[in-house]
Amino acid sequence: MQAEVVFAGFGGQGVMLAGKLLAETGMVLGKEVVWLPSYGPEMRGGTANCTVIVGDEPIASPIVRNPRDVAVMNRPSLDKFCPLMRPVGVAVVNKSLITVDPDRDDITVVNVPANQIAIEAGTGRAANMVMLGAYVGATDIVPFEALVEQVKHQFVKKAKLIPVNVKCLEEGYRLGQKKRA
Amino acid sequence: MAKVLMKGNEAIAEASIRAGGLYYFGYPITPQNEVAEYLSRRMPEVGGTFLQVESEVAVSNMLYGAAGAGVRCWTTSSSPGISLMMEALSYIAAAELPCVIVNIMRTGPGLGGILPSQGDYRQAVKGGGHGDYRSIVYAPASLQEAVELMPLAFDRADRYRTPVLVLGDGMIGQMMEPVEFREHEFPPLPPKDWATDGCKGRKPNVVNSLYLDPVKEEELNRKLVAKYEEIARKEMKSDEYGTDKPYRVLLVAYGTTARICRTAIARLAEEGIGVALFRPITLFPFPAARLKELSRPAEFLLSVEMSTGQMVEDIELAVRCRKPVHFYGRQGGLVPTPEEVVDEVKRLLAGAKGGAA
Amino acid sequence: MKTIFKRPEALADFPTHYCPGCTHGITHRLIAEALDELGLRERAVGIAPVGCSVLAFNYFNFDFQQAAHGRAPALATGIKRGRPDLIAFAYQGDGDLASIGMAEIIHAANRGEKFTVIFINNAIYGMTGGQMAPTTMPGQVTTTSPFGRNVEDVGYPFRMCELLASLRTPAFIERVAVHRPKYIVKARKAIVKAFRYQAENRCFGFVECLSTCPTNWGMTPHKALDWLEENMLPYYPLRNFKDPETDENPEPAQGGGDAS
Ligand SMILES: Cc1ncc(C[n+]2csc(CCOP(=O)(O)OP(=O)(O)O)c2C)c(N)n1
Ligand code: SF4
Repeated sequence: MQAEVVFAGFGGQGVMLAGKLLAETGMVLGKEVVWLPSYGPEMRGGTANCTVIVGDEPIASPIVRNPRDVAVMNRPSLDKFCPLMRPVGVAVVNKSLITVDPDRDDITVVNVPANQIAIEAGTGRAANMVMLGAYVGATDIVPFEALVEQVKHQFVKKAKLIPVNVKCLEEGYRLGQKKRA
Repeated sequence: MAKVLMKGNEAIAEASIRAGGLYYFGYPITPQNEVAEYLSRRMPEVGGTFLQVESEVAVSNMLYGAAGAGVRCWTTSSSPGISLMMEALSYIAAAELPCVIVNIMRTGPGLGGILPSQGDYRQAVKGGGHGDYRSIVYAPASLQEAVELMPLAFDRADRYRTPVLVLGDGMIGQMMEPVEFREHEFPPLPPKDWATDGCKGRKPNVVNSLYLDPVKEEELNRKLVAKYEEIARKEMKSDEYGTDKPYRVLLVAYGTTARICRTAIARLAEEGIGVALFRPITLFPFPAARLKELSRPAEFLLSVEMSTGQMVEDIELAVRCRKPVHFYGRQGGLVPTPEEVVDEVKRLLAGAKGGAA
Repeated sequence: MKTIFKRPEALADFPTHYCPGCTHGITHRLIAEALDELGLRERAVGIAPVGCSVLAFNYFNFDFQQAAHGRAPALATGIKRGRPDLIAFAYQGDGDLASIGMAEIIHAANRGEKFTVIFINNAIYGMTGGQMAPTTMPGQVTTTSPFGRNVEDVGYPFRMCELLASLRTPAFIERVAVHRPKYIVKARKAIVKAFRYQAENRCFGFVECLSTCPTNWGMTPHKALDWLEENMLPYYPLRNFKDPETDENPEPAQGGGDAS
């Protein structure tokens, strides 16, 4: 099994961190992982994205033209990455900032108002965690508990941020799971 | 030690520190800035030296000085910066000094762009600086391999008293993969009794590349050639994939491009088309003998590169032009995709048949 | 109707890629205004450096060359020696000019090349993501000086105007700032003067513009303006260092070399 997911959004929305946390969780579980960022001038204030690959076999190409899944936090990212998805993939869409729907009927769409949920949980900055939780909820690509552990580990030096981030993960996860049922 | 998820640039920095590369001089350039940023924090912890200096010209001449004084020194840069290091590289080779230079290649020529490329193959493999010299060139395809090659690079630099280049591309520098830092053991190295480290109890040493006497200069040239021949005998490294099954096509690729080829090979296998991969790990010395052997069952070879085909001539030389060598590549930071490689293999196979009919 | 504000002809109608609050744009405008005022646009050749302003050729409405990192003064020398009738100027950042390009700038100034240099001192490497520059302030944290610039280890920031003013060759050298309107007015005058001297074939011109880089300083644009005022102005005094009009024979001949 190999899954590829592109996390994409504006610079500063935390898509790089969300991807890194997923890759780390996979690594801790003994899976093969790669995290590949977009880099370059477009990063400055523009869009940012990273591709995470999680698999059971050593990962050959770190570049994927057609990812299985995407988690998009803004409109330009949806427009760019949803058309590239392979059929049957999962698209997690941040409904707080994206008003349209992906123009496809061969994928599973998970709508999450990520910014709203994060603001209600205590900080809009944790919207990336809602997205990450929803993605794992919809795919079970890694066990949820392992992801939570990784997030706690990430914020070990800023312990007071743990509850809000975990809360956001959970809310997202719940929405993702619902789509699975 | 447990695996850690690290960016390639940071993994290279950490691996070098662990290999005793405690003297680093550098100048910022994308996409390798994380090396210096990591070392600026880490070197003070391990008692090493990190210095950001005025230019790559200065960096490489600092390597000359530090290596001449007998310490393990290294640097990293990216294509335009590497070009500026060519002056000292030639002097370093001539004065037979050990050092390691990592090139996280970006696109060119000229200022180019900062996306991944393999456009500096010729510069690294054929010389780059002036005069009759070579450098050992390693090309890692994964971060784990990069982490393994750094200690080897430092060891071989010292063992042969030669500059060693490590060629990665922007992807190697920027991506994250799990890495594990293992202990490496090498046979003892000869003492650096040639270094200018104080003449107490011995005759003065001179580190030099000036030879006005043609006889002496020729002697140096011949000595260097003998060294490169020894390196070619002992240091070739390569990897292969799918060569244990029947194959009609042999792909040749190095670094990250080789990984893209592996995905393409798996796809082609699903369609019943047998394709194998030969991956040079040392670009100099080029692993020609093994490549020649592996080329036998293939109908043709296909070099896949992020350049305009700089490696093709080495492949043709290795197979003595007995097999057709084709090329597929992308440039400008566009990376060949597995799909493109699949299509190219099929196109060439169809063409080969057509041609025979 | 009277037009009170319009784009200078020398400035292209093209959105820049600079970060919000970056002062590169202000200086671009001053250059364009100066060239328009002196009627030099059609003879002008700009030289874009390697740095955030690498795309400057998109933002001006006249000829441009793009240089290798630090080499803009060499290109300008080539242009002026080849075609003295052209008006050449190098637009360079602090990494470009005071680090990798130190040799080129000093030698061009010393030869008294008749071109103009606009030197953007923002105390950091902008384009590559905030590394230490030769002009980074003592104690200033950057990505390669994570504990603050340690002057014991890497020395003090270069004062380029003072350095170049120590050369005997006549020149126009002035340091200005572009972070507040009152300073911008002075900056404009200095830039006009530097170009005028070039047009009159008088001397080398060098205008250092203290500038901000909110992105890599990690500050809001507003805070960055204050930071410049508080930290850079005391170390980098704003004044004229050399002007052929006021000091036609700047230094008396000193003994020794001048045996004539
Ligand atoms: C030979 C070479 N070395 C390094 C670089 C990478 N590089 C690009 S821009 C830059 C420095 C930019 O800083 P500065 O000149 O201060 O201008 P700013 O971006 O702050 O405007 C560097 C080091 C390069 N392009 N070429
Ligand atoms: S990085 Fe700094 S110098 Fe460059 S455009 Fe942004 S604010 Fe301006």
